[in-house]
Amino acid sequence: MSRVAAFLTRRRGGKGWHWTDVFIWVWLIGGLLVMFGPAVWLTLSSFKTPQQLAEFPPTLMPYSTKEVMVEGYDKPLGLFTVTLPDGSTKVMAEVRRIGIVAQLVDPEAPGEIVKVNIADRQPVREMRFATENFTEPFEHFDFMQYLKNSVFVTVVATLITLLTNSMAAFALSKYQFRGRNVVLLLIVGTLMVPLSVLLVPLYSVISAVGLFDSLWGVILPTVATPTGVFLLRQYMLTIPDELIDAARMDHASEWQIYWRIILPLAAPAMAVLAIFSVVWRWNDFLWPLVVLSRKELYTLQVGLSTYAGELNVQWHFILAMTVVTMIPVVLVFIFLQRYITAGIAGSGLK
Amino acid sequence: MTERLSTGSKVGAALAAPVGWLATIIDAPLKLWQRLTGLGGMAAFFLAPNMLIFGVFVLAPFVINFFYSTTSGAAFFLADRTYVGAAQYSRLLDCGSYLDPSSCREDLFWNAVHNTFWFVTLQVALLIVVSMITALILNREIVGRSFWRAVFFFPVLLSPVVVGLIWKWILQRQGLLNSVALQFGFEPTEWLTDRFWAFAASITVSVWAHMGFFTLILLAGLQAIPRDLYEAAEMDGTKPGRVFWRITLPLLMPNLLVVLILALIRAVQIFDEVYVLTGGGPGTSTLFITQYIYEVGFASLLRNPGLAAAASILMGAVLVVLTLIQLQIGRRGEKKGARE
Repeated sequence: MSRVAAFLTRRRGGKGWHWTDVFIWVWLIGGLLVMFGPAVWLTLSSFKTPQQLAEFPPTLMPYSTKEVMVEGYDKPLGLFTVTLPDGSTKVMAEVRRIGIVAQLVDPEAPGEIVKVNIADRQPVREMRFATENFTEPFEHFDFMQYLKNSVFVTVVATLITLLTNSMAAFALSKYQFRGRNVVLLLIVGTLMVPLSVLLVPLYSVISAVGLFDSLWGVILPTVATPTGVFLLRQYMLTIPDELIDAARMDHASEWQIYWRIILPLAAPAMAVLAIFSVVWRWNDFLWPLVVLSRKELYTLQVGLSTYAGELNVQWHFILAMTVVTMIPVVLVFIFLQRYITAGIAGSGLK
Repeated sequence: MTERLSTGSKVGAALAAPVGWLATIIDAPLKLWQRLTGLGGMAAFFLAPNMLIFGVFVLAPFVINFFYSTTSGAAFFLADRTYVGAAQYSRLLDCGSYLDPSSCREDLFWNAVHNTFWFVTLQVALLIVVSMITALILNREIVGRSFWRAVFFFPVLLSPVVVGLIWKWILQRQGLLNSVALQFGFEPTEWLTDRFWAFAASITVSVWAHMGFFTLILLAGLQAIPRDLYEAAEMDGTKPGRVFWRITLPLLMPNLLVVLILALIRAVQIFDEVYVLTGGGPGTSTLFITQYIYEVGFASLLRNPGLAAAASILMGAVLVVLTLIQLQIGRRGEKKGARE
């Protein structure tokens, strides 16, 4: 143990702790708390009952009042530690509460009812994860539908993105044709006009082609990503032309060259684009918000923000559904974070 | 283990097989097309799907936007709209004084412009300082460097809606921040319904969400600085502060400029997370331009797509200028790289 401590605290050249070392570790530990803390807090909160969420100040872990079945009562009763008039304390089950008076019984001998002021009783609590926060929205609200819509949009958009972008990138990297630079320039140009600028006219285009209020209207405008075409083109430029020439000698068709040679060789870049596309499409908000008006077509992001914007916010459901929405992204973070950071550091795309 | 692998690959092969068949079936008509049109025709074929989608959903809207901004009315179809020339623009720009939104005809727009200006200025400054410090720390030989890099990157992947909800939950009146403040003896504060705090919160939250991305770019730049420069400086006994100002900062400048422009472009378009966090309120204190376009274009009772289009073109102009600067810097960097 002391060796571990010595390793962790070892400094350059065996010198003592400089103030910068202290600053660095304060920054890093603080960063750990600030970056993960909010998401962890949200996740812990999502397991709390509505009553517990209303508590202030909140507890760290989810608790709820312990309950017991008492003979002669249909429903389980909450357990309380009661301070009796004679000063002694006793654990009792609460039958009902009228105003500031609580009626309690001894779980062992449920015959006699004791009335005490509610200030004289404290709930007996145990740690309990309110998993019903997660199951109920799927059963009673449209969240199952939202989840399906989100998965559909993400999967289909990513597949179309991969196919169309890789085909375009192949043409732009391996063919010489008139107007190639014009096409490239057009694609660079769109990097400048983000969706938020095109919101109004895009809406009219979508309506004109009959895609308003449909998931395809969410998918199609997002798939011709200039970043995707660029990423793949840059990668395909590194594939030697000799491979293609050799294939042509063997009478391979151009489609076969694309399908059997270029695509497999571009797999690393395709994987990066696939990861990015999944995260992008899963997280999209503004455009689905504009295009989708029927509730059963909402994606998770739109559904969540709609429920959270209501006057009477049901936080216990909102928190649980936020956690569900976070899951795929957290999985990507845990397993694929390396590829993403490498992709960003290499090309500056997001 | 081998058992599992082989079943896994069997499932994979079964899933991939139909795709392979499709690719084979499509090959026959394509061969004919190739014989008829040659390589040029094949290039057109490969470009067609992407460029078709691109043309319909990016290029066409881009052109239509200009027509939109010169018409009025609530109708969405161009044919149903009446031509008004530059009226929408003059309505947007009709101001007693540009420094005072309440003196403008479209006071909402100018409120959004003012808010966006201050948001961009403060958020980008804070973002760059925080990302820079983090990148400098991550560039040192610290224990578990890739772990720490991942830590700061985590919020980047979260959706803006999730980011907004996470912080709304923490900053609400009975939230975590107020209960921590209470522990230290402070009065609970209305973080999201006070004008000043809501604005400060929108800046802080967006810095929290995006700093990991910019840290990565800066870190890549720092790691490209040759080590021997630092070794030479150490041998000469140069003070760390001087090393930073004389070696690190000048060599990092290209990356820093890219980060600056990218951060500006993103900040100008701020919408999602703030919309979920504050809804633009209280009042109009966190209403930004993208939300203005959204509200005027789609949501509010005063729906006026022409006005929204005009506003979006003004915002687009700012973005185009910023992007051109970025491309210019990028090209200069490439030339420098080529010379080296």
